[in-house]
Amino acid sequence: MGLLDYFVSSRPKTTAGNASVAKERLQILVAHDRVARDKPSYLPQLQQEILAVIRKYVEVDMDAVSVTYEQEESHEVLELNIILPESAAARGV
Amino acid sequence: MARIIVITSGKGGVGKTTTAAALSMGLAQRGKRTVVIDFDVGLRNLDLIMGCERRVVYDFINVINGEANLNQALIRDKRCDSLYVLPASQTRDKDALTREGVERVLNDLGDNYDFIVCDSPAGIEHGAYMAMYFADDAIVVTNPEVSSVRDSDRMLGILSSRSKRAEESMEPIREYLLLTRYDPMRVANGEMLSVDDVQEILSLKLLGVVPESKAVLNASNAGIPVILDRESDAGQAYGDMVSRYLGDDVPHRFLHPEKKGLLSRIFKG
Ligand SMILES: Nc1ncnc2c1ncn2[C@@H]1O[C@H](COP(=O)(O)OP(=O)(O)OP(=O)(O)O)[C@@H](O)[C@H]1O
Ligand SMILES: [Mg+2]
Repeated sequence: MGLLDYFVSSRPKTTAGNASVAKERLQILVAHDRVARDKPSYLPQLQQEILAVIRKYVEVDMDAVSVTYEQEESHEVLELNIILPESAAARGV
Repeated sequence: MARIIVITSGKGGVGKTTTAAALSMGLAQRGKRTVVIDFDVGLRNLDLIMGCERRVVYDFINVINGEANLNQALIRDKRCDSLYVLPASQTRDKDALTREGVERVLNDLGDNYDFIVCDSPAGIEHGAYMAMYFADDAIVVTNPEVSSVRDSDRMLGILSSRSKRAEESMEPIREYLLLTRYDPMRVANGEMLSVDDVQEILSLKLLGVVPESKAVLNASNAGIPVILDRESDAGQAYGDMVSRYLGDDVPHRFLHPEKKGLLSRIFKG
């Protein structure tokens, strides 16, 4: 490596700040992983089956059913949210 | 009863086997009766790093299957009397590593040793699961790099939910962070995650920081655990790690770039 190269390579680089990008990405990734980890493993299946039942009666989208799970101090909350299409609601299925 | 320490990571190639060899040698040198077990069935690396590959006759799976007894399979280290190696087999099927078999071997070892060091394979599959299941302590080996930190976090989730201690609601596994292949210069340049960054994300007790070092390859070439290379930075960092593990309060070293000579300091301005 020539002297000139040394000057160039030891200067603050365009790559500086890479570590902070890495850290930010990691914080998001890890937060995601941790949420998923604490959920009961039956959730996706539960969601599927509920969707199948609803669809027997009402034509709903794949994403019409959402199941959320939250861990509180002393108990767990399973929240089920179903969005019915407007027409179905009007018909009072 | 021996204390069982798993060296684990999730991600492969981060320095688990290097660490298992260093830790077991370090403990044995301090007079602790120690056995180090290679759980990496099919790959078999630990005996190479320990330099005892030519003395392997029977292995861990032979003992589990009752084809050999422990005394036949354990290899006594030539450099240190209180250190034994239980090698992995190269050929057998990974499923031979049964939970009952592993438990029986650990129990049989337990009375005669102070520490059992388990060198985990990479990944979060069967072998890694077996290596951590019975652990009392876990050293999570991590490189300052996104995928390694993420995998370490996953491994922490597994340790706290799927280990024997977790399943039986016992006192949880004591978890430690060991950051390896740390390059202080790149950290100073903002190119590499710092020890503080990693700590902030994983929030574990820091057992040590091992710098990226040529000494590690030299040691593995020679079959000598790097902790025996007392001149080297990595050898010293591993020595400090063992002291900390045993409860000594040793300041961390090798966190900052070495002071450069006058000339380069002037040039860097
Ligand atoms: N501190 C270090 N400095 C430089 N090289 C290192 C360091 N630690 C480990 N290495 C190198 O990294 C490679 C992987 O190390 P090692 O076999 O200990 O990792 P491992 O986690 O056991 O891998 P695997 O997941 O495949 O079992 C080896 O070539 C080793 O020499
Ligand atoms: Mg290994």
